[in-house]
Amino acid sequence: MTTQSAAGSRYRLFLERFPVRRFVLVLLALVIAYGGAAGSIATLRAGRFSGEVWANLFISGVARGSVYAIIALGYTLVYGILFIINFAHGEVFMAGAFTAYFVAVGLASKGMLESNPIISIGILFVVSSLVSMGVAILLERIAYRPLRGAPRLVPLITAIGASLFLQYTFRGFYGANARAYPTIPAIQGTWEIGSFPVQKVHLISILGAVALWLVLFWIVERTRVGREMRAVGEDREIAALMGVDVDRTIVFTFGIGGALAGAAGILYVFLFNQVIFTMGFFPGLKAFTAAVLGGIGSITGAALGGLILGILETVGPNLFLDGAGVPSPNQLIPIVAFGILVLVLIFLPGGFLGAPDDKSRA
Amino acid sequence: MTAILSVNDVDAGYGPSEVLQKVNIYVDEGEIVCLLGSNAAGKSTTLRTILGMVRARAGTISLRGEQIQTLSTQQIVSKGITMVPENRRLFAKMTVRENLEIGANMRRDKAEILTDIDRVFLLFPRLKERVAQKAGSMSGGEQQMLAIGRALMAKPSVLLMDEPSMGLAPILVQQVFETIQQINADGVTVLVVEQNANVALAIADRGYVIQTGRIVMSDTAKAMLANPKLRDAYLGELEG
Repeated sequence: MTTQSAAGSRYRLFLERFPVRRFVLVLLALVIAYGGAAGSIATLRAGRFSGEVWANLFISGVARGSVYAIIALGYTLVYGILFIINFAHGEVFMAGAFTAYFVAVGLASKGMLESNPIISIGILFVVSSLVSMGVAILLERIAYRPLRGAPRLVPLITAIGASLFLQYTFRGFYGANARAYPTIPAIQGTWEIGSFPVQKVHLISILGAVALWLVLFWIVERTRVGREMRAVGEDREIAALMGVDVDRTIVFTFGIGGALAGAAGILYVFLFNQVIFTMGFFPGLKAFTAAVLGGIGSITGAALGGLILGILETVGPNLFLDGAGVPSPNQLIPIVAFGILVLVLIFLPGGFLGAPDDKSRA
Repeated sequence: MTAILSVNDVDAGYGPSEVLQKVNIYVDEGEIVCLLGSNAAGKSTTLRTILGMVRARAGTISLRGEQIQTLSTQQIVSKGITMVPENRRLFAKMTVRENLEIGANMRRDKAEILTDIDRVFLLFPRLKERVAQKAGSMSGGEQQMLAIGRALMAKPSVLLMDEPSMGLAPILVQQVFETIQQINADGVTVLVVEQNANVALAIADRGYVIQTGRIVMSDTAKAMLANPKLRDAYLGELEG
């Protein structure tokens, strides 16, 4: 028995020392990288798309990524202070954009969208942000505050429940149909940048998102309430010892994340032109992906993750899959987006800008 | 009677466990009082109960005659009392300056806050050199200085200190206690919790000994230092 197991134990030792899991993962990554590279080379060789098409794909990716980034800020802010994932954040985003739809219709019927586009757009942003902010604050008050101190799984389940509750509440209010946003003529068409035509809505989304991100960054890093938010995120008890009103700070965090989601909702309808009660689901999930990609809890990470995801979504399928002979690659956008999420989580559990050994692991 | 802070017959604990039983402590204005005891005797819980981080289940706590045992931490600190917590608990991701600024979070007098930051730098020149550095990247001694500086920024009239000597080299311990004397001389009343009885009694006016949640001895610091029973019965194994 001992002689027989000598070879066996040496084999077992080899198995124990050999990092099987790591090996499989690296192999997997290499296969995917090779597939992506081969597909890209084939696509570029075939020359099906001109440089202008690539540039357009890239810009629309940046535009879409900017919107993801702004929604992602809501996840990251709430996570940074409470260490919960507010999975109902997509519905907060939907609530503002959907409500603003009715305002847009009203404005359109008065001809305001044509005669006063800037004022109209301003009104839409304000309405959408206020509604989303209100929903986010109610959510904190009703769904999350009573559960503070409960195990982490509890608010997660609550979030999913709240998400469905909000979806079907708004379905009850506004109906089950998809509705086309009235067009604003002033932002249709293209602007020439140099001699290169860029769609106006793309440029507006990008610039709007940059402005929103800068305002948020300034609030968090330079203002008193921002300092209070960071303090509560690091050590709630000591923040209270410094005289910080912890409850008020948490409400503020939800409120500002909601307002950003509402503003992102308007940018989103500029890009995609329609609203429906389920519209929060995918943008919400993708923004969450963006937040995790960048490193959840990090404001810069949310921006980085959103941009990377947006660009991968528009450029990725055409570049990686088209040349590999995959038919209609743009239908596979979610596979690219969530495949990337899985890979990043395997190799960089903290995301690009998060610390992997931080307590910021859900 | 005129105690600035008094804890009267207070019971407190966590969940089902009773930690404090009928604790009585008072601190007169301008005093340095130390609360001595071994590990898990209830020293930190006493301070945390005063600040409302742990709820008193029975008894009263008053600050300048006003009962505070039902108020929130935030309300209590607004009455001019604060703490240098155990293990310092700085905001590690914030800079030295931001930690000092958040210490003054309740104040609105911007100009005075700036002069008070300078005053902290005068007390701890090392902090000035590190003003833009993240608090988490500093040494233990520097962190203790910053924790004290942060507490002073609130301009407290009563300062609670939870084991300021913990984890510091002996020479730094001396420095910290000299600083406490200096702060006291500037008019701040101090209640300091310590395991290191000799150092604490050397600067204190009076002392208490707490053992398994009960105050078992109270006397002037001088008398306690001279009392062999203190060493033998309560603190023997902890003398450093």
